[in-house]
Amino acid sequence: MSSMLQGRWWSWGFRSTVMLYFIVLIIFPIIGIYGQSFSSGWAAFADNITEPLAWKAVLLTVKLALIATVINMFIGTMSAWVLIRYRFPGRRLLNSLVDLPFALPTAVAGLMILLLLGPRSSVGGLAEKLGFTILFHQPAIVIAMVFVTFPFVIRAVQPLLEEMDSSEEEAAYTLGATKAATFWKVILPSMLPGILSGAMLAFSRGLAEFGAVVLVAGNIPGKTLIASVYIFGEIESDNAIGATAVSVLLLTFSFLILWTVNYVQMRRKNG
Amino acid sequence: MRRLWIGLTVAVFSVLLIIPVIRIAMGAFDEGWGGFARGLARPETLHALYMTGLIVVIVTIVNTLFGVMLSLYLVRATWLGNKVKQLLNSIVDLPFAVSPVIGGLMIVLLLGPETALGALFNKAGINIVYALPGMIIATLFVTFPLVVREVMPVLQEIGSAQEEAAATLGASAWTTFWRVTWPSIRWCVVYGVVLTVARAMGEFGAVLVVSGNILFKTQTATTLVYQDVENFNLTAANSIALVLAAGSVTLLLLMEWAKSRREVH
Repeated sequence: MSSMLQGRWWSWGFRSTVMLYFIVLIIFPIIGIYGQSFSSGWAAFADNITEPLAWKAVLLTVKLALIATVINMFIGTMSAWVLIRYRFPGRRLLNSLVDLPFALPTAVAGLMILLLLGPRSSVGGLAEKLGFTILFHQPAIVIAMVFVTFPFVIRAVQPLLEEMDSSEEEAAYTLGATKAATFWKVILPSMLPGILSGAMLAFSRGLAEFGAVVLVAGNIPGKTLIASVYIFGEIESDNAIGATAVSVLLLTFSFLILWTVNYVQMRRKNG
Repeated sequence: MRRLWIGLTVAVFSVLLIIPVIRIAMGAFDEGWGGFARGLARPETLHALYMTGLIVVIVTIVNTLFGVMLSLYLVRATWLGNKVKQLLNSIVDLPFAVSPVIGGLMIVLLLGPETALGALFNKAGINIVYALPGMIIATLFVTFPLVVREVMPVLQEIGSAQEEAAATLGASAWTTFWRVTWPSIRWCVVYGVVLTVARAMGEFGAVLVVSGNILFKTQTATTLVYQDVENFNLTAANSIALVLAAGSVTLLLLMEWAKSRREVH
């Protein structure tokens, strides 16, 4: 009897500790930031959001993250296809390299791009001769975003390609479809859910990226200042309200994307 | 056609992943072994690496324990309603969607010196923001979903039949966990742990905001890389970056290993 009571006491203690940890660590901070941003009322919130530099930073972030996502949809789908369908020397190595951007600190990623594209490097020099600069301009930000979000599309498409029933493809060939037609009508539709959910995750990660971008962007307000760097600047200059207003905007956007992806994946599993 | 696609993929991987890593290694040895060693042997580098190591160890232990327990509760617990479980389940992922800078800002807003909680801790003689505790909290926040997301699907997949059988045969909850549940989830836990270590080691934005990046106090390896770049001390930045990159590649190999073990079991 006493051991049973003890057991119950223990499990009750464990449960409350874990739940408390979860709530204090994850839920409190998120409620806190929403509360803080509206603490001075809607008007102040709206003022901070419509601040031209803040607004420009958010729009620029969305634009560049979109470009990076579209690039990743193409190269990610291609890489996933090649890594699953073709056998060639070095395939396993490439397959394990896919996760490198997740394992590498983002500040190191930023430094890599800085070194490769700087004006003294060969790529930077070539671009300079052609009349445009990459580093400290928008292309550098896109490259940084492409790098850090590279694995998402590949890792979302690969399992779908592995599961794919080859009989559909063979049926298409048997019925006389060309290679291109088979790809567009049979293969692409079955990869599409993976491409889309991977792209959305990549987009939300691109919106949030800081470490890789801050080193290569130059951070010129209105030109190459993206939202997360803007928030960092506001924190540094002690304007907490301005920082929270933009944060809330960015957070809400990211949460919506995340929940959409989860919802779509859940429906696919159940359906 | 086939050749073209393989060639293009290899080209993308080389340009995006392989050449940059090689470039970092070359940059670190720009001034030969001496430059590399000088960059690493600076006292601030050693201190920063020590801080990073300390944070990685603490964060990994805490989040592995809580992550495994939370996954067990979210999948198995009968004392949580299904609606509550679903809600908690969708909240677990939130740190993935939060920009690291915003994660840091949240902690400054809640626990900073000007807030009620922060002042309370301050009176007790504990500084949270601009000190180690805040940096640990920030990293805990950022890495929280990693273990949970690896373990939960497996728990769902293996079902509870074996565990119930063990319990019926008189095994205690503890024995059931170690003899029945643990063997089937351990490689996923290892995988989650490796991801957590990688993320904790590389965390930059959240730590930068929370730590204030104070030399010899709250500077970590990644924030030192940032500061060295800002100070145009590129060789030193490269040396630290190379050490971090070597760590990442090691973790990547560990990930591959854990993955292959996971597929076997």
